[in-house]
Amino acid sequence: MSTPLERDLIRQSAATLAEAIAEGEVSAREVTQAHLDRIAEVDGDVHAFLHVDAEGALATADAVDASRAAGDALGPLAGVPLALKDILAMKGVPTTCGSKILEGWRPPYDATVVERLRAAGIPILGKTNMDEFAMGSSTEHSAYGPTRNPWDLDRIPGGSGGGSAAAIASFEAPLAIGTDTGGSIRQPAAVTGTVGVKPTYGGVSRYGLVALASSLDQAGPCTRTVMDAALLHAVIGGHDPRDSTSIPDPMPDVVAAAARADVRGMRIGLVRELTGEGYQAGVEQRFREAVEILEHLGAEVVEVSCPHFEYALGAYYLILPSECSSNLARFDGMRYGLRVGDDGNASVEEVMSLTREAGFGPEVKRRIMLGTYALYSGYYDAYYGQAQKVRTLIQRDFEAAFAQCDVLVSPTAPTTAFRIGEKVDDPLAMYLNDVATIPVNMAGNCAMSLPVGLAPEDGLPVGLQVMAPPMADDRLYLVGGALEGALRDRWGHLLIEEVPSL
Amino acid sequence: MSAPIPYAEAVAEFEPVIGMEVHVELGTESKIFCGCPTAFGAPPNTQVCPVCLGLPGSMPVMNAMAIESTIRIGLALNCSIAEWCRMARKNYFYPDMPKDYQVSQYDEPLCVDGYLDVTVPTDDGPMVVRVGIERVHLEEDTGKLTHAGGATGRIHGADYSLVDYNRAGIPLVEIVTKPVTGTGALAPEVARAYVTELRDIMRGLGVSDVKMEEGSLRCDANVSLNLPGAEWGTRSETKNVNSLRSVERAVRSEIERQAGVLKSGGRVVQETRHFHEDTGVTTPGRSKEHAEDYRYFPEPDLVPIAPAREWVEELRRGLPEQPSVHRARLAQAWGIGDFEMATLVNAGVLELVEASVAAGVAPDAARKWWAGEFTRIANESGVEPASLAVTPADIARVEELIASGALNDKLARQVFEGVIAGEGTPDEVVAARGLAVVSDDGALLSAIDEALAAQPDVAEKIRGGKVQAAGAIVGAVMKATRGQADAGKVRELLLERLGVSDS
Ligand SMILES: [Zn+2]
Repeated sequence: MSTPLERDLIRQSAATLAEAIAEGEVSAREVTQAHLDRIAEVDGDVHAFLHVDAEGALATADAVDASRAAGDALGPLAGVPLALKDILAMKGVPTTCGSKILEGWRPPYDATVVERLRAAGIPILGKTNMDEFAMGSSTEHSAYGPTRNPWDLDRIPGGSGGGSAAAIASFEAPLAIGTDTGGSIRQPAAVTGTVGVKPTYGGVSRYGLVALASSLDQAGPCTRTVMDAALLHAVIGGHDPRDSTSIPDPMPDVVAAAARADVRGMRIGLVRELTGEGYQAGVEQRFREAVEILEHLGAEVVEVSCPHFEYALGAYYLILPSECSSNLARFDGMRYGLRVGDDGNASVEEVMSLTREAGFGPEVKRRIMLGTYALYSGYYDAYYGQAQKVRTLIQRDFEAAFAQCDVLVSPTAPTTAFRIGEKVDDPLAMYLNDVATIPVNMAGNCAMSLPVGLAPEDGLPVGLQVMAPPMADDRLYLVGGALEGALRDRWGHLLIEEVPSL
Repeated sequence: MSAPIPYAEAVAEFEPVIGMEVHVELGTESKIFCGCPTAFGAPPNTQVCPVCLGLPGSMPVMNAMAIESTIRIGLALNCSIAEWCRMARKNYFYPDMPKDYQVSQYDEPLCVDGYLDVTVPTDDGPMVVRVGIERVHLEEDTGKLTHAGGATGRIHGADYSLVDYNRAGIPLVEIVTKPVTGTGALAPEVARAYVTELRDIMRGLGVSDVKMEEGSLRCDANVSLNLPGAEWGTRSETKNVNSLRSVERAVRSEIERQAGVLKSGGRVVQETRHFHEDTGVTTPGRSKEHAEDYRYFPEPDLVPIAPAREWVEELRRGLPEQPSVHRARLAQAWGIGDFEMATLVNAGVLELVEASVAAGVAPDAARKWWAGEFTRIANESGVEPASLAVTPADIARVEELIASGALNDKLARQVFEGVIAGEGTPDEVVAARGLAVVSDDGALLSAIDEALAAQPDVAEKIRGGKVQAAGAIVGAVMKATRGQADAGKVRELLLERLGVSDS
């Protein structure tokens, strides 16, 4: 005889699993094995994982079980397995960033995030697929083939962290880590009907996160529930002396906020510039309904204007390529990863050049070239310099808006998941997917995407974005928790439970 | 190619403008952005970690001591200290740089606009030259490449190259002067005096061991020439200047070369040149006509540096005595004038004299040995006096032997020759070479008799009371004993022998 829990381990929330493990209802090994089995079963179709580390995950699970048997107190997520975006260094485990240029590289060290996951007793199932070096919004730019959206395998799971989002949505893992430079956690969350949080810049250590754009990158949780995101956020967040840009102040209590899940008396700002033209009708419709629910729950909704958001995308596509052209310079075939053309006659410059030619995909090359150009001394002021000024203006827009409101909301992405191949040859169309998520990265704020229903026209998930000021990450969870609760009450279940079985 | 023209001619016709870029490796315990040790000479790639290897995902954390040392250097060079500045990335591909960019400073250096007064000896006495300091900034050092095979020792043509990243990430301070004009023929001496003074300041601050031979102080010399009243000429930048002596020689050689080019109607090319210790000339390196664009931008992985004013003032109060003040104090203690002091400084022996005095050697004797004999030997073998294998304790011992009469001046020189040649301590050299003063009266008397027999006419003169003629016999005896006799003693015995008195 088995309880429903045991029959359906993979469909439980991380919080439920953690409690069951702590209570001894199920072992960490059983939970981990169930997810490894699920990966074996469905990942051929989904392709969320680039590498599965069954041995490492089970070893961690066994350690948790032994620890529990010894009577040690377990951490709040101990034994609950996780999928790690393949952009975080993990000692001895292949880390490719979705690129051929890093094929075969096994880092000799752990990222701080990975260290904290290990310390929390979280088994790491493996590394998830992504757009090469996190450049993209569909995971089609992975050198190892695209990940598919569990809601419709012909559609994209978002990007760059499509692997992490798809792993969550296909019940391959209850927890995942993503990274968000311009929306790479939130947009995949929106199009897969899951929850994704981009913490405040400096809230989660970047040490060991292979940099795309250092001033924009931030790692964060990908989950199926708001509480699970809060629990994972609390594990990975907090000051790290190895990351100079890490904030030394104590982080807000996101778990308590998720538990409180209350918007009464909050002022919620609707950003005028992040709706209307370019937004799919069904996306807009579900977004408006969700805002009405928030009003019903006791929040006051006001409209605010952030006039400089219009320039965010343009400025972002100068700052990001500039930083990435420098960050990706080290992939030159000299020390690790791919080396091409070293025939004993080629010069060092030729080997570097041939390696980069062969190792980088077209989107990476495009951005490196854009950034290299933008940083030339003759153009620096006109491009990089101007973009930084726009960045300041966006920060001021946020400051002005947050003087009136506690949080801001918008649709996370302008459309639902599009078909694989639909935009891959049209960079500008692809870039527009991040129009609503980019301003937050530019200002260093925090934001969450959570599912608010299916668009009537295509039956695909729609995400709502909550944005809060720096170091006010707890407000995301107050709003997200309240909205999730109200929607669950309305539907009788979480949206993710409507995902077709694979 | 035009031939260089003689120095005197070159500076008679052209006015040199010089500028110095000095890199000083800070002697911090750990590297600039990680905890790896900085000790020199460890086996290759044993002092490395993910950060200084620039592994994907690794991040820098600024070494607070590196900032403090840079500020102290800036203060000692009379600079203003920035209230807020940032590190910048200098982007270029080269295998000695793990990240293919160097974290440095660009338009926001930590220290700006200072000066350093240096003294050079001239025929009209010491001259003080104020060298303007443009900027002092902090950056990371690169790894070290060794090129195997090939003729040039450079990366082109090498069979393969090896990289040692032990040096990568050692904090480096770059000190750039403003152009130094109006020094005329003294330009090479000014360049040398500047680097010497800078080295002494670093040593006094205790921020670096400033060993040019180990590369912890590296100097690039910029030189251009112009006709009097004309605009400044195109400059060359000479690298690989690895000793104080080379600083002077490199500048001198560049002046001669550029004068030759200009005189023959040619054009000086803006380029990097390499100085060769053996030949004393520079050869062309990389052309800078088409300057590489380093695509500088503020380093986003580090937070801005904003040194608190109170802290800067505290550092200023804690600065040690300036070398010039220190020298004035020494000059007074030793009873010497500015000129003698400038000579010691310029010869690069002041500290050596100071150390010798501290070891118990009389100041005059210490000065005599270092500024005379040792400087001569060093120059002859093309090395710095400091690198000679003679210690202050050796000098103290030799002086002791002289005072006791066991050695005379000439023998003492031979003792030092042996010590420098690695034959052992002064006592060992004395024993091995048999250099004791001959004081055996019997041996001396027979030498005197031989000399008298060889020069009977001189002997007669002395007997006849012409005591001043004794010098010829004494000289002959000294020659016969190969200098090992005490000349005073010989004279005394000689007069006694001939039954005449000295007065
Ligand atoms: Zn290191």
